[in-house]
Formats: sequence, C-alpha cells, structure tokens
Amino acid sequence: MEDGYTTADGRKIGAVVMEMKNITLRFGGVVAIKDISFDIREGEIRAIIGPNGAGKSSMLNVISGFYVPQEGEVWFHGAPRPQLRPYQVAQQGIARTFQNIALFEGMSVLDNVMTGRLTQMKSGLFAQAFWKGKAEAEETANREVAERIIDFLEIQSIRKTPVGRLPYGLKKRVELARALAAEPKLLLLDEPMAGMNVEEKEDMSRFILDVNDEFGTTIALIEHDMGVVMDLSDRVVVMDYGKKIGDGTPEEVRSNQDVIDAYLGVSHD
Amino acid sequence: MSDQFLYAIEVTMNGLMAGVLYALVALGFVLIYKASGIFNYAQGVMALFAAMTLVGIMDGQVPFSHLINAAFGTKVHHFGWHVPALAAILLTVGVMVALAWMVQRFVMRHLVNQEPIILFMATIGLAYFLEGLSDLMWGSEIKKLDVGLPQGGSLWIEDMTSGLGSDNFYGFFIDNLDIVAAIVAVLLVLALMAFSNYTKEGRALRAVADDHQAALSVGISLDFIWVLVWSVAGFVALVAGIMWGTKSGVQFSLSLIALKALPVLMLGGFTSIPGAIVGGLIIGVGEKLFEFALGPMLGGATENWFAYVLALLFLVFRPQGLFGEKIIERV
Amino acid sequence: MFYREAGDFSTSYPEDSQTFPIKFDRIRYYIVLAIAFLVVPFIINDYWANAILLPFLIYAIASIGLNILTGYCGQVSLGTGGFMAVGAYACYKFMTAFPDLSMFINVILAGVVTAFVGMLFGLPSLRIKGFYLAVATLAAQFFLVWLFNRVPWFYNYSASGQINAPEREVFGIIVTGPNTAAWASYLFCLIFVTFAAIIARNLTRGSTGRKWMAIRDMDIAAEIIGVNPLKAKLTAFGVSSFFIGISGALFFAVYLGAVEVGEAFGITKSFLILFMVIIGGLGSVFGSFAGAAFMVLLPVALKVIGVDVLGWPTDIVAHFQLVIVGALIIMFLIVEPHGLAQLWRLAKEKLRLWPFPH
Repeated sequence: MEDGYTTADGRKIGAVVMEMKNITLRFGGVVAIKDISFDIREGEIRAIIGPNGAGKSSMLNVISGFYVPQEGEVWFHGAPRPQLRPYQVAQQGIARTFQNIALFEGMSVLDNVMTGRLTQMKSGLFAQAFWKGKAEAEETANREVAERIIDFLEIQSIRKTPVGRLPYGLKKRVELARALAAEPKLLLLDEPMAGMNVEEKEDMSRFILDVNDEFGTTIALIEHDMGVVMDLSDRVVVMDYGKKIGDGTPEEVRSNQDVIDAYLGVSHD
Repeated sequence: MSDQFLYAIEVTMNGLMAGVLYALVALGFVLIYKASGIFNYAQGVMALFAAMTLVGIMDGQVPFSHLINAAFGTKVHHFGWHVPALAAILLTVGVMVALAWMVQRFVMRHLVNQEPIILFMATIGLAYFLEGLSDLMWGSEIKKLDVGLPQGGSLWIEDMTSGLGSDNFYGFFIDNLDIVAAIVAVLLVLALMAFSNYTKEGRALRAVADDHQAALSVGISLDFIWVLVWSVAGFVALVAGIMWGTKSGVQFSLSLIALKALPVLMLGGFTSIPGAIVGGLIIGVGEKLFEFALGPMLGGATENWFAYVLALLFLVFRPQGLFGEKIIERV
Repeated sequence: MFYREAGDFSTSYPEDSQTFPIKFDRIRYYIVLAIAFLVVPFIINDYWANAILLPFLIYAIASIGLNILTGYCGQVSLGTGGFMAVGAYACYKFMTAFPDLSMFINVILAGVVTAFVGMLFGLPSLRIKGFYLAVATLAAQFFLVWLFNRVPWFYNYSASGQINAPEREVFGIIVTGPNTAAWASYLFCLIFVTFAAIIARNLTRGSTGRKWMAIRDMDIAAEIIGVNPLKAKLTAFGVSSFFIGISGALFFAVYLGAVEVGEAFGITKSFLILFMVIIGGLGSVFGSFAGAAFMVLLPVALKVIGVDVLGWPTDIVAHFQLVIVGALIIMFLIVEPHGLAQLWRLAKEKLRLWPFPH
C-alpha cells in the first residue's frame, strides 16, 4: 500500500501526491472542518462525499489555497506546503472547477480555455505589445494545446461563442476544458455533475474517466450522486458536519455504519 | 489653558459641525445603497436640484423661463408672487417625489439585475442630466436661500467661553446655522431609524435590501419600495440643500458636497447609518485639524484631498469600513 | 453583399488570431490609415485641427488608456484627469530641463512617469474593489491636482501658476508652441494614436489581455486558475496610465499650449473620458475611437444647431448639452452596455447577411 496499489480494473495507482494532515478550518465561531486527514495518490480518482454543509467545498478551497486552515498542514509531493496564494497553488499544477460555474462570461470559449494556459505563458509585456518573437510563438504553441483539449471535449463548434450564451451543461464542459488546458498534476472537480440530466451526467462521467485514463491525471472530486461516485472513484472520503466519518474503497464505505447513519438521517446527539 | 489649545478645540468643534453636514449627505447615499445596492452618485446634484427648486418656488420664478424666452422670443421671468417658506418646502418635497418616480420609471426599472458598477455609472449620467435640467429650469446664477434659519455666530457661546483663555481669546466662534443643522441631522437620523425599524414600509425596505427576489416572492412591490427610497433620499437631499444653500448660496458647487460625502462612506461603510455619522464626524474634525496644524506648512487647501487620502489609507487596512461586517468570500 | 467573409479561411493559428481576421476589415483598415497619414495632412486647416481632429486624437489615446483599465480589467477609475495632469507636468518638466531632447522622447518619458504614478495609486486595488476603488481613485484626482497647484517646483515657480509649452521640434519640425503648423501637430498626435491602438490591440488579444479580462469577469476564479491579481491589476494600471499620461502630455504641449491644472485636468475631465469609454464601448479599442469622436463632435454639433441655427444663448446650449450627455449615458447603459462598438458589430452582422436576411 505504501507505494500504491492496483485497482479492480487493473490500473496502477502510484505514491501519495497530496496529503491533508489534521486540517481544522473555522469561520469565526463556526467550525467548517474539524481535524481531517486523508491522502490522494497519483493517478487515482478520489471522491469526497457527504451531506450538504459537511464542509466538502471548504476542503477543496483549502487545497486550492483559497481558505487558510487554522490548524494542520497540506503536504504536496512529500513535503509540507508553505502558505501559498491561490495563484501560486495553480502554478504548482493544481487546477479546478467550481460548484457554481465560474467562467469568464465576457470572453469566448476559446479565450476561456486559453486562460487555463496562463500559468505556462511567460513572455514579457514588451514582446506582447508588439506581438513579435516569443509572444507570437508562445501564443501559437499554447493555442495548439488549447485546441487539443477543445477537440478532446468535443466543443469545437462553439469555439468562438461568448460563454454567456451557452446552456448550463456546455458551460460545465467548458469549465472542465479550462482546467484541463493547464495540464494539471491534480485536478479538483467541485460537483461536476450538479444540475445535469442523465445523458449529460453520462457524458461527463466518460470525460472524467477519459481524462484520468489518457492523461493520467490525478482527480479529486466532490459529488452528490452516489451512483456516479461509486462507479467512478477508486477511494472515497465521507464527511459529515466537518468531520471525517469514513474513508476507503466504495464497497468499504458503503458498508460503514456511520456513513449509513449520516445518509439515512440518524439524530446527532 | 493656552490660546493655541483653545483654538484647536474651536477648530475641533467647527469640524464636528461640518462633519454633521457631511454625515447628512452621506446618509442619503446609505439609504439608497441599503435598499437597492445602488451607489447614487447623483445625491449631491439632487441636493442642488432640491435647493434650486425651493428658491425658484419661493420667488415665484417661471420654470424654464430662459428656454421659453430663447425659443419664442418672449420675456417671462416671474409669476410675481412669493410662496411662504413652509409651503414652498412642501411643494419641493412633492417635486422630489415626482423625480423619484421618474428615476424609477425611466432609469432604474430598466437596469434591474445589472452589475453595481453599471448602476453607478448610470447615476453619474443622472447627475449630469439633473445638473443640466436644474440650470435649464431655474437658471445657473447664484441664488440666495433664506427659509428663516438663524445665521451668524452664536453670541451666547462666545460670551460663555471668552473667559477661558487670555485677553486675546474672544471665546469660541460657532455658527448658529451649524447648530441648527446638527440638531436637524440628529432628528432626521432618529426619524429614519424609527421608520426603518418600526413601520411596515421600513420592514419591507430592509427585506428588499437583503434579497430582491425573496422580497418579491413574499409580495413586496419593488417599484413601490424603490420610489419610496428615492423619495426619502430626495427629502434628505432637500434638507442638506437647505443647510448648505443657506450657508453659501445655491450654486453649482453645492453639488460637490457629494464628493465630500464619498470618503465619509468609505470610512463608515456603505450600509451603516451609524457609520455614516461617525465617519462624517471623523472626516469633519480630521480635515479641519489637519489644515489647522499642517495646512500652512503644505501650502493650504488640504481639505481638497485630506478626506480622500485618509479614507484610502484606512480602507487598505480595513476594506469593509468602520462598521461593515467582514466579508467571507465564497466560490 | 458589400461585406463578405465567405471563402476567407484561416489556415493557421496566427492567421486566426490576427487583429482583423476578415480580409475586408483588413483592407478597410489600411485604407483608413492611408487617408489619415497621406491625405488629411494636405487638406487640414487650423479650424479642423483645433476644433475636431486634435482633441479627437488626444482623447482617443486617453480613452484607449481608460478602456484598458475599466473595459478590459474592470477597475473603474475616476482619476483620469489627475493622471493626464501627471503626463502634462512631467512633459513640461522634461521640456524645460532638457531643451534639446526630441519631443517624441519627452512625451514617451511623460507616459512612463505617469505609468509609475498610476501603479502607485493602483496598489490599493488589491484590497479595495468595485466602487470603493472608484471612489479611492478620486483621492488620486484631488491629491494630484492639489499637488500641481500648490507646489511651485512643478510649474517652475512661474508667477501665474500656469505652465506654458516652449517651442520644441521633432526632426527639425516644430510640433509645440505658437508657430506650429496644423499638419505637424496633427501628424505628431496621429503617430501616437496609431501606436497606442496597435499596442492596446496586441496586449488585449494575448495572454495579458486574458488575465485582465479574467480579473474583470470573476476575480476570485481568476486567482484560483493562476492569475496573480496584484500583478495583473498593476500592469493594467501601468499600461493604462502610460497612455493617459501621453494623452495628457499631448493635450498640454500640442493642443492647449498653456495649462491651469484645475481647469484643464479637473474631475470633469475624468468623467468626460469615462463617458467616451461607456458610449464607445467597454472593452473595445475601436469603441475608444468611436466614443472620443462622439464626445468631441457632440458639443460642436450642438453649438452649430443651437447657437448658429436657432440663435439661442450659449449658456442654454451648454445646459442642454449636460442634459443630452446625461440622458445618452443612461440610454447607452440601458440599451447597449457595449456602446457604439456593439452597434457597429450588429450593423456589420446585418450587412453580411444582406440582401438575404434568412
């Protein structure tokens, strides 16, 4: 288990990429996350589940550096991560999508996907001002990567459409494209299937599995649809009222008494 | 006590009085912002418009007379009657309510759900429009406004305090008008707080401020509430216009009091009535004392920018203002 | 019929991301440039230069500058007048301190100085957002005007407190001072406008522009996907102020010749430029030109109609102008928040389909 494991369908899962150690997060007097530890291994699909208000999104926000926990450490690639601003976390190769779509509504689909490449674009202001040398080459090179992602997610036809005009399901897909464009080491998905119908959910599940399969991207996702979670994920963390109540393979979690209580609504006292 | 110290106290007291007037203008901003999330840049011009209308009605001026004369070659100026101050004030309130209705009907209703910054820019447009309109209606020359408020230094305070310092110290000089303004401002604030806390409309208003959609769904009419809020803001503008107009004449510079009130809001927070008052006092006292202590050294007229720079520095360290709640950002 | 893109394919990414991907647009752009550089200088006279062309060109630079900050990066600024004043005074100091320097260098240096001042006042933008920031930029406006008014070093201790542009040359051609030919000042400004527009366009179609727009559309998400918000905002303040500073320098040195700071660069100037950007179109370089042209032509047109044709007194016409400008601002925000530029796009869209609209 120390160096990874092999899943039921025969995929090799590698060493620990990210480890949360005793994370506690408070807002004033409210404890959003209480003393939670878990790890994410290379190449796996890790799910975080739990009822509303369990602190799942807050957890994701801690990973992306948007919230700073009062206690505990985030370990990344075997070393404690210093306190970073969110953009620095992104530069380390962690990309994400958002529960309430956070696309740049005033820009086209292509431009949105290109913003995912921003961490890779380094040309100076002067080169860009005159669109010469490095700036132009860089733009073209990154455009190629962005176009590959656009092809992969089958959104070629809406490339130049302003994002504001797209329907919900497509927006979710564009958001995934933007995150993938960064070629992340770790991809965080906050409820990627919320508000979708069955077909859209199937499409999205397929994309998530393909991403993991083709690019070998490590994925941590939050999801409400239990069926989806159990089918997609290799290991599951279960949260309730800011505490971790279960952690393991989908089968282990499914048979865990605390998890059953939390989901069937046993009184908390 | 040394004279220098006494002068400083006098400056402080005058600063407090000026601060009350700033707070009065700031209050108009806070009201509209709380109820609709609109930062109403036109508040200052509304004060100008209200004061001009008041003078025009009192003097029996013919509205748009310049325009009519230019267009038709006539020579109309005045109706030839004078309206008593109280009646004129009531009529002006009526005009401000009509204005509120028109703003709601022709501007704000079409901008529901727009971003705050778009609404802000729309009120800048409104300010230009109103400024031109009041000039067209009543002419742009400086007018004297006298609704019977006491003016000039308060002899009573001067007599009472002249014994504090040396022979060169003649006692504190405080304008009677400032005292009246302070009292009126306090009464107005109390009345507004009572209105917003104890009446049905006040409750509806707070509900709208909290969430437009939710308020609509429980049967509150947004149209009505917004006309109400703009009317109240118009009334506050009228009061501010009377105070400042009496003090320094009704003219374009009156609309610039809005610019004075902005740093007050940054300091006090856009949503807090106590914040507007405390912010107003801090800025009033601060700028007068700063000018008193450092103005001569820096070349004078530091009042032009002191309030802004103070508010800016303050905001950098406390973005939510004095009384604002800390914002927890979510994604 | 007149406007076609059929058969006009891009076969490479650079071709697709150029400024005018459609051939027709490209040709028109070159024609406009040719007329502006090769025809207008020969037919220009003093009235056209001073009443319309110079203010248009100079304001166009300023509104390109403000559009970068407000239209692309979403940071509303009411300090434009103050930053133009920085450009003007910096230019004046360079002109008087180094009399032999080419006027080109003076103006560019003035822009650089303004860029730094702009970045300084942009620092609070990391913590202050929305109209708190708009109000905070008023601090820059008032403080800067006060500074140039009260500190004699800035106006070289002149008795009037004004600054006057001495005669300066570019390659032996006089471009400032009373003896300047109309075509010379026009060409001088035109060169700056052209470069400003090209640079602005290049920056906004590349990664810098995407950072700005990401911050504008959703600053939190932008930071989480890897945009350093302080850096992006400060670049926007810097680039924007650079253009605004150049425009202030030209406004003083080439257009007015003599400046009293409160009058020329007061808060009304800030609003004027903001209106150009709103009416022209937020987030559009072309819109900056359209807005500048509109706001320059409107008073001229009103004066012609009101004073010359109807014979009304000038003050009434001036008041009317306020009413009309205010109403137009509101109307544009309600009907078309993207301004004239969007109307232009819609018109092109219609032309493309004409005469078969379905």
